[in-house]
Amino acid sequence: MTNSWTDIRNTDLVVIMGGNAAEAHPCGFKWVTEAKANRGAKLIVIDPRFTRSASVSDLYAPIRQGTDIAFLLGLINYCIQHDKVQWDYVKAFTNATYVVKEGFTYQDGLFSGYNEAKRDYDKSSWDYDIGPDGFAVVDETLQNPRCVWNLLKNHVSVYAPEMVERICGTPTDKFLKVAAMVAETSSPTKAMTSMYALGWTQHSKGSQNIRAMAMLQLVLGNIGIRGGGMNALRGHSNIQGLTDLGLMSNLLPGYLTLPTQKEPDLAAYMSTRGFKPLRPNQMSYWQNYRKFFVSFQKSMWGDAATPENDFAYDYLPKLDLPGYDLLRAFELMHQGKMNGYFCQGFNPLQAAPNKKKVTESLSKLKFLVIMDPLDTETGRFWENHGPYNDVDPSQIQTEVYQLPSTCFAEDDGSLVNSGRWLQWHWAGGTPPGEAKRDTWIMAQLHLRLKELYTKEGGAFPDPIVKLNWPYADPGDPKAEELAQEINGRALARVTDTTDPTKVLAEAGKLLPAFAALRDDGSTACGCWIYSGCFNENGNNMARRDTSDPDDAGFYSKWAFSWPANRRILYNRASADLTGKPWDPSRKVIAWDGQKWSGYDVPDIAPTAKPDQVGPFIMNPEGVSRLFTRGMMRDGPFPAHYEPFESPIVNPVAPKVRGNPAARVFEGDMAQFAEAASKEFPYAATSYRLTEHFHFWTKHVIVNAVMQPEFFVEISEQLAAEKGITKGGWVRVWSKRGSVVAKAMVTKRIKPLTCDGKIVHIVGIPLHWGFTGAAKKGFGPNMLTPFVGDANIETPEYKAFLVNIEPAPGPVA
Amino acid sequence: MFPPLPNPSTTDTAPRLSEKDLIRRSASTVPAPKQRLTEVAKLIDVSKCIGCKACQTACIEWNDTHPPVGVFDGAFENPPDLTPDMFTLMRYSEWDNPETNELEWLIRKDGCMHCADPGCLKACPAPGAIVQYSNGIVDFVHENCIGCGYCIKGCPFNIPRISKVDHTAYKCTLCSDRVAVGQGPACAKACPTQAIVFGTKDEMKGWAAKRVEDLKSRGFANAGLYDPPGVGGTHVMYVLHHADQPELYSGLPKEPRISPLVEAWKGVTKYAGLTVLGVAAGVGLLHHLIMGPNRVSEADEEHAEELTEGDSHGRR
Repeated sequence: MTNSWTDIRNTDLVVIMGGNAAEAHPCGFKWVTEAKANRGAKLIVIDPRFTRSASVSDLYAPIRQGTDIAFLLGLINYCIQHDKVQWDYVKAFTNATYVVKEGFTYQDGLFSGYNEAKRDYDKSSWDYDIGPDGFAVVDETLQNPRCVWNLLKNHVSVYAPEMVERICGTPTDKFLKVAAMVAETSSPTKAMTSMYALGWTQHSKGSQNIRAMAMLQLVLGNIGIRGGGMNALRGHSNIQGLTDLGLMSNLLPGYLTLPTQKEPDLAAYMSTRGFKPLRPNQMSYWQNYRKFFVSFQKSMWGDAATPENDFAYDYLPKLDLPGYDLLRAFELMHQGKMNGYFCQGFNPLQAAPNKKKVTESLSKLKFLVIMDPLDTETGRFWENHGPYNDVDPSQIQTEVYQLPSTCFAEDDGSLVNSGRWLQWHWAGGTPPGEAKRDTWIMAQLHLRLKELYTKEGGAFPDPIVKLNWPYADPGDPKAEELAQEINGRALARVTDTTDPTKVLAEAGKLLPAFAALRDDGSTACGCWIYSGCFNENGNNMARRDTSDPDDAGFYSKWAFSWPANRRILYNRASADLTGKPWDPSRKVIAWDGQKWSGYDVPDIAPTAKPDQVGPFIMNPEGVSRLFTRGMMRDGPFPAHYEPFESPIVNPVAPKVRGNPAARVFEGDMAQFAEAASKEFPYAATSYRLTEHFHFWTKHVIVNAVMQPEFFVEISEQLAAEKGITKGGWVRVWSKRGSVVAKAMVTKRIKPLTCDGKIVHIVGIPLHWGFTGAAKKGFGPNMLTPFVGDANIETPEYKAFLVNIEPAPGPVA
Repeated sequence: MFPPLPNPSTTDTAPRLSEKDLIRRSASTVPAPKQRLTEVAKLIDVSKCIGCKACQTACIEWNDTHPPVGVFDGAFENPPDLTPDMFTLMRYSEWDNPETNELEWLIRKDGCMHCADPGCLKACPAPGAIVQYSNGIVDFVHENCIGCGYCIKGCPFNIPRISKVDHTAYKCTLCSDRVAVGQGPACAKACPTQAIVFGTKDEMKGWAAKRVEDLKSRGFANAGLYDPPGVGGTHVMYVLHHADQPELYSGLPKEPRISPLVEAWKGVTKYAGLTVLGVAAGVGLLHHLIMGPNRVSEADEEHAEELTEGDSHGRR
């Protein structure tokens, strides 16, 4: 989230699209009901299904899954056509005025530089004109036909309301109602918030779904302000923490990136991470990258990380591929190239697409280690459970180890919520049986590995043998110790760079914040964005002060919000070019002629002059990007692409199948149903229900009572067509698998008309499996396709094709 | 936000609900309480409810009931109906509003309404199996229950359910045990959107008025409070977007009344009772002066109940 949960109560308009906050985030949804009850805020829900969120909305518009970009670009087009643009904001705070290089084009669904064989782009033309002064060329008058604004205007013009209806199935009158309400928030005194979740991410163009809304929010001037923002509703209670701490195959903590094989030393690594400002006076905060990186290395390897050895740069693994994401990991297992798998707090047999392929992959492993509080299906993938897991254990040689671990309520630690708040929690109970904390398990593994490497040596034991391990009990690091390590410590006295008499931290003391980080090895910090969470003031994550001056919604003394306890990112953009808030009733910070101050920690240097330094300090431009240059694999603007399995051919780019830059493994393409398939005519989507949390709560009897059994949802029309009855059994199958379920026949799903064709939707909730207290059941991942988002490889769980028929019940 | 109740004190305090707070007791009499408690109410705002069933799970956990894991039978209601182990149930109805041509998904938390004039208590022949406290809570006392099921007949909302395990009737207690120590019901505590709030009945009416105003501003011209006079008002009330059509909400009765069967039975008894009313009153008064208010003989029980009815009506 750019903003916080509590800030949602400050909005005038909530748009829930690509998510179902009432259902999946019922506790956070209270802030929507607060905004509605106290401010008269309106709620719009755009979803293929009339969801629980829709049941309390002011306006619901149906949409076919996988067509969000067409809808969102349609909204941008509407705002441009109706002059509903916050012009001062767009001109000053976005790259609308930047001039794009000659050579950049978009035609027939493809941007310039496409290589069909590689399914990839040469992105060199996706950039600004750089002037002789080394800065990007801008045209403040917006007259240049190649400036971002004019390119955008042209790019979105195809998405007129009629085209939106043709692609999305959203009736034009509904779309126009949504557009009118959204466009009103272009006023500097109106705010709209976007609440989204997996309904946007789980597509082969998931990242671009989100970008499209971010661009709309920029056009409306809704980023950085109270009640505005792009608010990603995270799923797991600590999934935000997972991304922050870099638990992705290509990341290091704090959104630093792992080196690649092309970067043999630190100098080569840093050469592409310079972040030189693209406009005069801009902060381009990533220029501090080296400080964050060196401090991370010091945190990892302590005294073994020295300036002479590039701060142990060689100890880091170097990527040979863009990343080892979930899909690639299972592909490699499937090819027999990955032989062991540690599965910590993860249930891929249920959670990954194409269960058949996942089962085959796990069956080829030599060993599988499960660390989980629950008896997961993945831990029992080798066990026959009739139709629910139809395997032959005698044919599976994988050695499976199940290590029972504690759950969140059985240990101390912090969780990072969607609003970036690091909230400390305390153990509420003792772990049952032999369950151990994950930290204990990891420490024990490390100590044993270290002993082996110390005794027996090896090709390169240093990264393990020299790992910094400063815990009081090496076999059982405590949560506080880890939190302090993440916050960072001064290894030598750290003084202010402009005033050496001012000491920021004495040697050995905890660092006050990331501003104290240095790139000479005098500081150690596990995750720079978290620095300040546990400093010499104490454990700031454990703060529980509910004071909120002027009821502004910041709660700055409650827990700790990264970065630097800032509650609204880009909050400098809440004020105009003179530093006055666009809307005095929505002040976040203001410029008093000397410095910035207000309710929140300013997201700008405190003395940065408002007319000189742009609010988007992480970007070398200092402004936000309507055109992303070469930062995304599938285009500098979003464009509508159909899902890989689509009920119609792409109306705006008939020759393009799926997202042209999404990676598809050999063999998987053959397992996709063709566009407008007669064999698989129905558009399916998978989702969660409020009664359950993923595959966890089916282990809890009370939750199992609330939603005991697997079902699928279909419209009354499809039920009548197929002779399916309410509560009756059906078989649903895709090109990859088949499930048997009971049918929910509902008015909440209605057939849509897309490109002149009736499209029926089949909804498939995902919470059941073959372990736990609920009835045994299948999940949608028997059916889902093995393909992910072009940028981050999140699988396309939300849009695929199936067929359905009445069926006898399962034979157990 | 409706101000939440503070967490309970950790020091022992005397319960605020006891025998002395009873204003009605089935098939028996109670003395008029010296002091009447402030009437409480739970307000369920269906327009804020997201149907998440947190109230149901909180109810199961607080009351330590053990409903079995059921099956999916084509609807969102789980279990499919109220049971002796499920005192409250989210009910879902899909309604195409003919005026707007829009679908509405009307979700209502069903459960005991805690009527001011409780049909269950009136119908109950077992002395002390059903009681009403002066704060408005109608509670079942299981050790006195004979499992006859008359309370089900007496209830205009079809709420009580007889357990096949102990053959006594169960329903929502409005968490009388929590209210007794200054807490609100478990369902209200668990509700993430404050669709369920708890307070004094006056407070709840005031809060509801604001919600109705908000709903009217959103085009729900018939939004209103459901506090049906046919049962003397209730201590569980609803804010409805369509207060003119409560039956849309999974059959919430428009004008709930105690069953004519129960009333007729009472009418005949009353007629017969009138002939001995003078005697009964005299005996009752004498009895009251000498023996105090307890222990009515079996034979006089019906008459005595009539007397109490007369008394309590008189006090209103």
